[in-house]
Amino acid sequence: MALAEHKTEGRHRAPLELWIRAVFVTLGSVVVTMLGLMFLTFVIGRVMPIDPVLAIVGEQASKSTYDAAYEQLGLDRPIIVQFGLYVWDVINGDFGKSLLTARPVAEDIKRVFPATLELATLGVIAGIVLGVPLGVVAAVKRGTWIDQVARVIALVGYSMPIFWLGLMGLLVFYGILGWVGGPGRVGIFYVDIVPPVTGMILVDSILDRNWDVFKDALSHIVLPASLLGYYSLAYISRMTRSFMLEQLSAEYITTARVKGMSESAVIWRHAFKNIRVQLITVIALSYATLLEGSVLTEIIFSWPGIGSYITTALLSADMNAVMGGTVVVGLVFILLNIFSDLLYKFFDPRAK
Amino acid sequence: MAEAQNWRAWLLTDTPTSRRHARLSALYQGWLSFRGNTMAMVGFWILILLGVMAIAAPLLAPHDPFAQNLGNRLQPLGSEEHLLGTDSLGRDILSRLIYGSRITLYIVGLVALIAPITGLLVGTVAGYLGGWTDQVLMRITDIFLAFPRLVLALAFVAALGAGIENAVLAISLTAWPPYARIARAETLTIRSSDYISAIQLQGAGALRIITKHIWPLCISSLIVRVTLDMAGIILAAAGLGFLGLGAQPPSPEWGAMISEGRRFILDHWWVATVPGMAIFTVSLAFNLLGDGLRDVLDPKDSDK
Repeated sequence: MALAEHKTEGRHRAPLELWIRAVFVTLGSVVVTMLGLMFLTFVIGRVMPIDPVLAIVGEQASKSTYDAAYEQLGLDRPIIVQFGLYVWDVINGDFGKSLLTARPVAEDIKRVFPATLELATLGVIAGIVLGVPLGVVAAVKRGTWIDQVARVIALVGYSMPIFWLGLMGLLVFYGILGWVGGPGRVGIFYVDIVPPVTGMILVDSILDRNWDVFKDALSHIVLPASLLGYYSLAYISRMTRSFMLEQLSAEYITTARVKGMSESAVIWRHAFKNIRVQLITVIALSYATLLEGSVLTEIIFSWPGIGSYITTALLSADMNAVMGGTVVVGLVFILLNIFSDLLYKFFDPRAK
Repeated sequence: MAEAQNWRAWLLTDTPTSRRHARLSALYQGWLSFRGNTMAMVGFWILILLGVMAIAAPLLAPHDPFAQNLGNRLQPLGSEEHLLGTDSLGRDILSRLIYGSRITLYIVGLVALIAPITGLLVGTVAGYLGGWTDQVLMRITDIFLAFPRLVLALAFVAALGAGIENAVLAISLTAWPPYARIARAETLTIRSSDYISAIQLQGAGALRIITKHIWPLCISSLIVRVTLDMAGIILAAAGLGFLGLGAQPPSPEWGAMISEGRRFILDHWWVATVPGMAIFTVSLAFNLLGDGLRDVLDPKDSDK
């Protein structure tokens, strides 16, 4: 991981110049990684068992129809040319047409992605707000019952099947207690009421000043968002704890204490200040994981996001949609990784 | 009694008399420190139980896991004859759970073999040979690492078709890169040590050095990583099963059982709840065991 890379060479150079170089190196690796991702999806989508021609023309097509479609898809050309064409299409935002919705995949993704983004964002916010303080306290009060509780929370989070926890949440909070809205983004009476501006229903209803829709949407999102929040909480609190422990055992902390600094100043002004960059890296990573982790959550809560989209497409062998979705999720994942990497290089003096 | 004392003394000696003696002694001391970790022991015993359950499934299961009885469907917990109730086709949930442990162990076992071995191969070769081999192999590893795992596994299963073997393959394909990283890092430190130079001077080839001298030293860190990964593997397999992409009906795979029970969750909650508890218990056990093993085998990383 990038956290471990402490480069010592070139210390005399201006930080900005170094940073620009880092940006170019990173860009290079983004391009290579993206090409790799596209090659994999290409192999999965075009070369593997499902025949893309049959998927379009159907089983009963005549030989001539089949051949025409075969040529139209460019399947008679060499693999490397086909791959080049595929990359070109993807760069231009063309993922082909979805068999299921009969619309361009890119349009579909644009429509469903905000729902996932909304869910994952709320989830990661919950994870930060609860996870960071928990991790700090667990590190400071190491070995006490608070530390043990934090440990159990994380351990359970790492071991729990998310889709099952979601089902149990629905059963208890929706089925039995009736505290939250059920599956879906809004109740059936509120569907399509607010004009979609951002595609995120909470934001759209605020923009439209429609508080009924806002309340209803909130009651629907609270459960899936808490669920995702719990998972990022488990990860963030563990990482925060171990970063803090590392700082608290450092000598400058002892010095600060000896100088008579108050304990809260030692913890927050000294130790915590030094783990901020590492924390942002962790948060970016957990955000990326949440975008992906929402696949199963979306199924449970009938949430019309990209996870549901990919899975539905998958079950009906709609390969264009599956590949398009995979590339988009992969791209977001890679970009978030790179972002945290650059941030780390820029802000952490030790990495320069 | 006295004999047991002798054994203990023999195992705990500071002056081992042979290589095997030293190895057994190290193993025993590791076991002693592992045994002191209560939580790890809990995990250990849960997994032993799971193993026994899987092996003795035909003896333990009160009913045939596939036998349907529509007149007796959706029986509640603790009903007569069916301790954990029955599912929508009247099949005994307890029996299905017991047989399901075989599938879980099968998947986990296969992935835990394929992924680390692939990673070991890639990592040691890259680390030992260096140069462009290293560049190419590690670039590929990075590409796989940069992917969202579950989505990639989904795409693979979509292309290969649903089924246990394909689920195993898909999970392995997404699980090997971290092992390659670890193996490479270990290889880089081992490669420059004196005893490797000594063997090189004796004329040993790369193949011999990698297989006989580097692999054995990478094993312990890989084992720790595998145990910690097991929970993730179980959850991924259950997730694929839940989506209908892993084991196919009527197979009593735990994830698929949850998916089946999901339709009746509000009225017949136990059908989906019970297999979920099973998945949770087993992956928790693996996490506990992994933490304990890490403390014994890899103390520098413990307490993180």
